[in-house]
Amino acid sequence: MAILDQSAYVIAYKVKSGELSAVAVLEAALERIAAVDGRPGALDVGGLNPEDETKVHAFITLTADRAREQAEAVDARVKAGEEVGPLAGVPITVKDIFCVKGTPSTAASRILANFTAPYTATPVSRLETAGALTLGKVNLDEFTYGSSTESSAFQPSTRNPWDTTCVPGGSSGGSTASVAAGEAPLSLGTDTAGSIRQPAAFCGVVGLKPTYGRVSRYGLIAFGSSLDCPGPIARDVRDAALMLSVMAGKDPHDSTAAAVPVPDYLPSLEKGVKDMRIGLSPDYMQITFPNPETGEMERQELPKEIREAILHAAEILAKQGAEIIEDVPMPNTAYGIPVYFVVSRVEAASNLHRFDGVKYGFRTQAEYQDLREMYRKTRAEGFGLQPKLRILMGMYVSAAQYSEQYYARALRVRSLIRSDFEAAFDPEGVYRVDALLTPTTPTTAFKMADIYGDSVLMQYADQLTVPANHAGIPGISIPGGIDSGGLPIGVQLLAPDFKEETLFQIGHAFEMATADEAWRGLKPRVLREN
Amino acid sequence: MTDFEAVIGLETHIQLNTTTKIFCGCKADSWEEPPNSNICPVCTGLPGVLPVLNEAAVRKGALLAAAMHSEIRLTSFFDRKNYFYPDLPKGYQITQYDMAIGKGGYLNLPMPDGEMRRVGIEKLHLEEDAGKTKYEHGRRYIDFNRCGVPLVEMVTAPDLRSADEAAQYLIRLRQLLRWLGVSEANMEKGHLRCDANVSIRPVGRTDLNTKTEIKNVNSIEAVRAAINKEIDRQIELVGSGGRVESWTLDWDDAHDRLNKMRSKETEADYRYFREPDLLSLELTAAWREEVIAELPELPLARRARFMRDYDLPEYDADILTGDKPISEYFEAAVRAYHGDAKVVSNWIMNELLRILNDLGVDASELTLSPEHLAEVIKMVDAGVVNSATAKSLLVKVQEKGKSPAAIVEEEGLAQVSDDSALQVVIQKILAENPEEVNNFRSGKEGLFGWFMGQVMRETRGKADPQLTRELLQKNLSEKV
Repeated sequence: MAILDQSAYVIAYKVKSGELSAVAVLEAALERIAAVDGRPGALDVGGLNPEDETKVHAFITLTADRAREQAEAVDARVKAGEEVGPLAGVPITVKDIFCVKGTPSTAASRILANFTAPYTATPVSRLETAGALTLGKVNLDEFTYGSSTESSAFQPSTRNPWDTTCVPGGSSGGSTASVAAGEAPLSLGTDTAGSIRQPAAFCGVVGLKPTYGRVSRYGLIAFGSSLDCPGPIARDVRDAALMLSVMAGKDPHDSTAAAVPVPDYLPSLEKGVKDMRIGLSPDYMQITFPNPETGEMERQELPKEIREAILHAAEILAKQGAEIIEDVPMPNTAYGIPVYFVVSRVEAASNLHRFDGVKYGFRTQAEYQDLREMYRKTRAEGFGLQPKLRILMGMYVSAAQYSEQYYARALRVRSLIRSDFEAAFDPEGVYRVDALLTPTTPTTAFKMADIYGDSVLMQYADQLTVPANHAGIPGISIPGGIDSGGLPIGVQLLAPDFKEETLFQIGHAFEMATADEAWRGLKPRVLREN
Repeated sequence: MTDFEAVIGLETHIQLNTTTKIFCGCKADSWEEPPNSNICPVCTGLPGVLPVLNEAAVRKGALLAAAMHSEIRLTSFFDRKNYFYPDLPKGYQITQYDMAIGKGGYLNLPMPDGEMRRVGIEKLHLEEDAGKTKYEHGRRYIDFNRCGVPLVEMVTAPDLRSADEAAQYLIRLRQLLRWLGVSEANMEKGHLRCDANVSIRPVGRTDLNTKTEIKNVNSIEAVRAAINKEIDRQIELVGSGGRVESWTLDWDDAHDRLNKMRSKETEADYRYFREPDLLSLELTAAWREEVIAELPELPLARRARFMRDYDLPEYDADILTGDKPISEYFEAAVRAYHGDAKVVSNWIMNELLRILNDLGVDASELTLSPEHLAEVIKMVDAGVVNSATAKSLLVKVQEKGKSPAAIVEEEGLAQVSDDSALQVVIQKILAENPEEVNNFRSGKEGLFGWFMGQVMRETRGKADPQLTRELLQKNLSEKV
C-alpha cells in the first residue's frame, strides 16, 4: 500500500516507531500532489486547458518548505528518542480560511489575495504541535460562501477526485478532495451549514462538524460567527477522532470555545452500538421548500439511491445491536434554510466590514476622489458575486426597520429547530435516541457549473446539514455507498452536544461491518488512473 | 420677548484605567507610545481574530455603575455597532446596546444655592474605543493604539439647564471617577470625553425641541463656552423666526467658535445585533455584592459628614473632599491632633494645598504625613515655634523626610521664649540705636515695628512675638 493511502493513525505509528521517516512521508505526499493536483488555484487565469479538467486542483498555496522543516524536526526528535505528538509526520492540508503565520491566507477571495497572516489559528497550531506536516492551503468557495468550491476567486477550482467533471462540494471542497485523492490523510475544514459534511459526502470521506465551541475559532476568518465550526476531514472515523482529540478544547483566545473536557475518543471507538437507540426521521427523507410561485410549502422525496443507502445503514447498525427508532419527528427541519439565510447573512455582512482596503488586503488601483469612493471601488473589485449577495441580504434584513421582522424572528425559529433535537435526544422523552441517522445531502456530487442552475435539490442542498449548525450539535458524514453513477453517497449521524464520541462509535461500527462490501474497494478515479 | 431655558444632556466617554485593553492583552495606556506600537491582531481587527473580555474592565464598569446608583444587570450582552470608518478596524464597534451592564441611575449635583439637582442617567455601558485619525499635509493618518481601550459610555437625561450646570456635572463626575479609581479622568488626555446635546424651550414648557450635538469639547472651560455659545445662537435664531436644525457641531477651541460638521436629519442605521463572538456577560449576585461592598464613602456623603461631624463650614468641607487623598489626609490629621478640626482644616487649606500644588502631587504622595502636620500644629499651640517658622517647617519636613521635632532640634528653630535671653538682645539693640530710641520716646510710635523686626532679625525669627512685644514695650517706656 502506498504511504499516502494509509491512515494518519498508521502513519503516525510508523513514524513514531522509526519504521518510516516523516521526510519520506512528505516526499510521498509531494509526489502524489504532483501527480493528481495539477496547477494550483490563482487569480485571473483565463480559460481552462483539457488537462485542467482531469486534475483535482485542491491547492491554492503549497507550503512544502514549512512541511519539510516540520518533517525534519519530527525525525530529529524520533532519532533523539524524544516524545513526538500523536500526529507525528502526518501530512495535513488546511482550508484557506484559516490564518497560518507567514502564509498567504486568502479566504479564496481577491480581497485577501495578498494577505499574509502574522499569526496562526489555534486549531492549526495544535495540529502542528502534535507533529502534523502542513502541506499547504486548499481551495474553497470564496469566504466559504457556497457548496461547490466553484465560487473561489482562485481558479481552476477544485474538482471531484471520483469524477473530475463533478464538483467536490463545498465550501471545504479543497479539503475533502485532497483527502479523497490521497494528497493528505487529514484536512482541516469548516462547517457553517454543511461545508464539511456535504463535500465529505461528495468526495467519499469522513467529515465531522463538532459541537459549536468544541474547537476554537481563533484564526478562522469568520462567515457566520454563531454557526462556524472548524472540524476534521479524514478517510476513516478513527483518523477523524484522532484529529479532533488534538484540536478540541478551550482556548484563551476564544471565549466561545467550551471548557468541557475533551475525552480520549480512540479507546471508546470499539465499544460498538449495542443497545444504542438510533433514530430515523421522515423529515430528513425529503426536501421541503416553498413553491416560488405560490409560497406554499412543497415536498420532494430524496432520490431512491440515497434513501436506500440510509435504510441499508440502519439495517447494518441494527444487526450490530442498535435499536432503530423510526418516525422521530423533526418538524422544524424545513425552516433551517430560511433561518440560515437570515442569521448567516447578518453575521457575514458585519464580518466582511473589515475588508475595506484601509489596513491590509486588496485596495482598488483605480482613481478615487474620497474615502467613500475608495471603499466602494475596493469592495466592488475585491469581492466576488457571493460575498456581494450576502452583504446585500445581510444589510437588508438587519436594517432597523426590518430587523424585528427578519432577524429577531429567525433567532426565535432557530431555537425551535434546536428544540426538535432536544426532544429527540431527551433521555426522559418519548424517543430517547442517542443519535439520528440521516442522509447528508439530497443528491450525490453534481456537475461542474451546475450550481447556478435552479434545481430545488441543489438550492436546498444544505437542508439536511444546516439544522445541526442552528442547534450547535455535532454531526458527522461518513461514506455509505456508491451510486449508479459511481459517486459516493454520504450518511449523516447527529448527536447531542459534546457527544462526538457517540458519532465516532457508530461510524466506526458501520465501517467495520461494511468493510467487505464491494463499494468499499472502489477508489476515486484520479487514483485508479495512476 | 419669550424667556428661554436651555435643555442639556451630556454624553460622556470614560476611559477606564485598566492595565490591558478590553478584548486583548495590549496595554490600555498608550499616551507616551509612538503611533501603532501598542497593537496586536485582535485590536487591529485582523481576519480571524476574536475578542476575549477583560474582567478588570467589567469590575471597574460595575463599580462606576454602583456609584451612579445604576442597577447592575446580572445578565448583559455585547452588540455590534456597524459602520465604516478607517480608524474602526473591524468595521464595527463592540458595545452594549439594549441590555447593558448598567440600568438607569443618577448623579446628585450640589448647586450654589444649596439645592441638590438630580441628573438622571439614561445609558451606562461598556464598549471598546476606536483609533485616532489625524490629518496632516493633506493625508489621513491612523493610530490604532487606542483601539480596544475600555470605555464606559454614560449618557445623561436632558436634565441640565445651563452651561454652568453642565460644567458642574463634569466636575463632579471627574471627582467621582478619580475617587473610585476607575479612570484618570484627564480631559486633556481624552480619558473623559464629552459631547453635549443642546436645545432650548420657553420657560415653563416641558416638551423637548430639536437639539444640536456639540462634539470635540475637551475641557470643562470648553464645555461651558461651547454650550453658552450654542444657547445664544439658538435663542437668537428662534427669536428672529428661525428654526433650530438637527446639526452636529464641532467646537473649535482655538477660535472659540462652533463649526457645523453635518446635518443629522436622517439617523444613521448601525444595524445593531448581538456580538456572536462573546458570550452573554453573566455576573453572580455574590460578585455584584462584592463590587458594591468595595464602594467607598462617596464625595458628597463625606462632604456632608465633614460638615456634621467636624462642624466645618460648607466651603471647607467641599475643598477637603475635592479628592479622596486630601479627605483622608484631613481625617488622619484630625485624629492625630486631638483638637479643633477647623484648625487642622485651616492649616490644610492655607499651607498643605499650596505644597501639593507646588509639587503637583496628591496628598497620599506626601512625605509630610498627617501625623507630622498635627505635630507641627501642636508645636504652634504650645508656643514652641511661631506660625511663620511652622510654615517653613512643613516644607522642610516634606523636603528632608525627617520628623518636625528632629528638624526643630537640628536647626535650633525653637522660639526664644526665655525672658533673660530676650532681654539681653533687646538691651543690645536699644544701646546700638540711641537715635531711634529717642525718636520713639518723643512720639514716633511707628518705630515699634522696626524694633520688632530688629529683634526677629537678631534671633533669626525664633523670638516669641508675644513676649518680644511685652519686653520691648517695657524697655522702651523706661526712661533712662
